[in-house]
Amino acid sequence: MNTDANALVGAGLPAISRWLSRASALPQLRRLANAAVAIVFFTTTALATDTRKSSFDGMQPATQALQKDDTQNPAMLWVQDGVAQWPKSEGDTQKSCADCHGDMKKMRSVATRYPQYSVHAKRVINLSQRINQCRTTQQRGSAWPHDSATLIGLESAIAMQSRGLPIAPPTATQPQLVEAQARGEVLFNQRIGQTDLSCRDCHNRLAGKRLGGSTIPQGHPTGYPIYRLEWQSVGSLQRRLRGCMTAVRAEPYAYGASELVELEAYLAKRATGMTLESPGVRP
Amino acid sequence: MAARTLITVPKGAKRGDIIEIRALVQHPMETGYRRSAEGAMLPRDLIRTFSCRFVSASPSASNSTGDVVFSATLHAAIAANPYLSFNLRAEVSGSLVFEWLGDNGFAHRETVALLVT
Repeated sequence: MNTDANALVGAGLPAISRWLSRASALPQLRRLANAAVAIVFFTTTALATDTRKSSFDGMQPATQALQKDDTQNPAMLWVQDGVAQWPKSEGDTQKSCADCHGDMKKMRSVATRYPQYSVHAKRVINLSQRINQCRTTQQRGSAWPHDSATLIGLESAIAMQSRGLPIAPPTATQPQLVEAQARGEVLFNQRIGQTDLSCRDCHNRLAGKRLGGSTIPQGHPTGYPIYRLEWQSVGSLQRRLRGCMTAVRAEPYAYGASELVELEAYLAKRATGMTLESPGVRP
Repeated sequence: MAARTLITVPKGAKRGDIIEIRALVQHPMETGYRRSAEGAMLPRDLIRTFSCRFVSASPSASNSTGDVVFSATLHAAIAANPYLSFNLRAEVSGSLVFEWLGDNGFAHRETVALLVT
């Protein structure tokens, strides 16, 4: 959306400049006109620096109120699940999350860095896959199913520790992550399904416009895992992405598929610097 | 059956204050009219009643089980994880007993102290 907006600004400015130059034959006036163009350019670039918006901003005040108040946010029920799971000794090794990681508060900023490259998995993984990696290698238990109460609860509780921090994928130290983001971008721009729409078609070009009764969001993953009113439960970003794919009548990638993780990685790149608000509430 | 709840009761209240009580409970509130992804009917699973009783802390209180200060009957059209909020006038210290009863023997009770000064 940023690139498209900049392209518009770029195309518009020479035209304004030409029109102003023609309109003012006198040199003094032309100088004035150039100054005016400079002011216009300055203000548009200042506005264009960050036009990104969390979908929180486009929500009804009543839905926003649910997220703003932890005593009303239903996602806090899942966070309680995660907090209860943290000190539980489980698996063949009878270890708990707390045995290695200590207090959950120490997990602050962890969620801002996912998806990221895992040396163990030899690929880019998201936070829930990372939790399951601990589950199978450290606890030596069976992996929790995707979006199961325990897994999404742990993910919500861990993500909540990073609330208020900027999304910060560790691209500087992980060339593998940069590659995954690039593959994700290709997928983002790829037209899919019977409606022949790409993610970009709606979430870059038509963001802010309406689809039926709801505003099309820019698609920044700032609140995941989210309590979605439509789901009446907390769900993962992959669940949301699959929902979009079904909506454009494409066959969604399977949960945990590398394509979905790469899309997640690209979305995190796109939202770098935006504030994490997990656990979010969405309509 | 354990259920998660979020209950908000003010930490303390002055005598005569109107206080807001909030109660949110984790429950699917399955209507019994929906089908699963595989096409099977999902059996009805609802919370049927919610009640909040106030048990006075004073030893002279005549009723040890307390008085119902708020109650509600819930139906199929109510969303999952039902959230109820209501107001009370704080008169004396005591405890608030929240109780949700539903299908399949669902029964969940929470007690929260209320301090009135």
